[in-house]
Amino acid sequence: MTTHYTFHHELIKLNKKVLKMSAMAEDRVRKAADVIRTRDQELIQWLIVSDYEVDEMEMEVEEECLKILALHQPVASDLRFIIMVIKVNSEIERIADIAVNIAMRVQGIANSKWTVPSPYDYTEMADKVIAMLKMSLDALVNRDVKAARQVFLLDDEIDAMRTEAYHRVKDMIRRHPEHPGQLINSYLIGRHLERIGDRATNIAEEVIYLVEGEIVRCP
Amino acid sequence: MELTSPQVGTSTQSTMEGSGFAASQQAGGQSAPRQTVGDPFVANPRMTARDVAVYYGEKCAIRGISIDVGCNEVLAMIGPSGCGKSTFLRCLNRMNDTVPGCRVTGEIRLDEEDIYAPSVDVVPLRARVGMVFQKPNPFPKSIFDNVAYGPKIHGLIRDKADLEEVVETSLSKAGLWEEVKDRLHEPGTGLSGGQQQRLCIARAIAVSPEVILMDEPCSALDPIATAKIEELIAELRTQYSIVIVTHAMQQASRVSQRTAYFHLGDLIEVGPTERIFTNPRHRLTEDYITGRFG
Repeated sequence: MTTHYTFHHELIKLNKKVLKMSAMAEDRVRKAADVIRTRDQELIQWLIVSDYEVDEMEMEVEEECLKILALHQPVASDLRFIIMVIKVNSEIERIADIAVNIAMRVQGIANSKWTVPSPYDYTEMADKVIAMLKMSLDALVNRDVKAARQVFLLDDEIDAMRTEAYHRVKDMIRRHPEHPGQLINSYLIGRHLERIGDRATNIAEEVIYLVEGEIVRCP
Repeated sequence: MELTSPQVGTSTQSTMEGSGFAASQQAGGQSAPRQTVGDPFVANPRMTARDVAVYYGEKCAIRGISIDVGCNEVLAMIGPSGCGKSTFLRCLNRMNDTVPGCRVTGEIRLDEEDIYAPSVDVVPLRARVGMVFQKPNPFPKSIFDNVAYGPKIHGLIRDKADLEEVVETSLSKAGLWEEVKDRLHEPGTGLSGGQQQRLCIARAIAVSPEVILMDEPCSALDPIATAKIEELIAELRTQYSIVIVTHAMQQASRVSQRTAYFHLGDLIEVGPTERIFTNPRHRLTEDYITGRFG
């Protein structure tokens, strides 16, 4: 049905903004995954200094939501949409922050004088996290509950990888107790990736709420 | 990620019943009434309506309406103009009897008694099921007489002191006593619109009704007078059943416990107000309350 009201234009505008912000966050996570492997200093710097762009976008989206709530008092799926956006908005902003955290951990490792092979190869884990994030954002774009529920399943795999990384790093710290900083940074990369997975799960939960009106939490 | 913007709102309702506005346009003709989504019945109903239809001459205004009015609840009836909500409201105290060519079928009971039975006298019925209209309509009499009139003609009072007590109690319950107690013998028509509407509510209360019907009681009032009436509705609920027809959906969501959505003569959906306004189950309800048509 065609919509002619300011209110519905506002909703469509807001939806576009959220999608744009999602794309920005996803791009940053991809770049963060790249720097784990390449330690590209330029890209690390870009990730750190450009984070404000996502922060500003987050504030804009939040302001839009508050404005719509105050001026239009949405109900039913429009209300659920606004509530979802408010929650997903902060998840996306945090995901972009975590991409910065990863860049900083990589920088910490790169700056270390002591060089040791990484105790855990994060390539596969990063790929999975990116796939998971993409799946949750696609579910958001397409209002796809089935895809959203698939995201929940991937979260367990990510958690298992984080646990594996933890044991490897712990073992390495035992063998090289003189270099804890670099090794802790290495573990934290796994922890950050895992947190991105958790936040992708949160986004998937919100998609289910939007479509079905049921508040769900991933078990 | 692709930056397309899927339609916000109704397109998300994959689990929703109903097939949208286009299909709705075909209803209201000779097709069978649509089944109501949600549970229209309550455990201890004050009033029950079963398969109620109303015809104005040949034209069917509402059909297949089955719903309960619970005790101590506010039931809000919403829907676009011409959907039949006011027609149905008027069936509940037989106000439609006064409309030439109007025919009501089905069954409506108040405390299990069929209000359309030949033996029923509509005058006491309309005391038990009172009505407040869109436009305040005080009698061209004093404030006191406006309230006293009903108890007098229904023989509900014994003496003058009794009458004065009924008037004071009714005006107090309507939240008007403090404002008018010093000018009870001035004309009711001299009050402000909001006060006049509360006077009409006091008039309805004075005859000890069980149910109060309200047909857009605030649409002629400003926001402050509206807020007072809404507060009053919340208080009155503790003693009466209230059925309110309103075009202001925010009002329905503020004052009612259950909401019924009418569309082209059908009762489309009934449910707890909280659910209707957060997660309606029928596409037509969703489209109406989100302003996508109406």
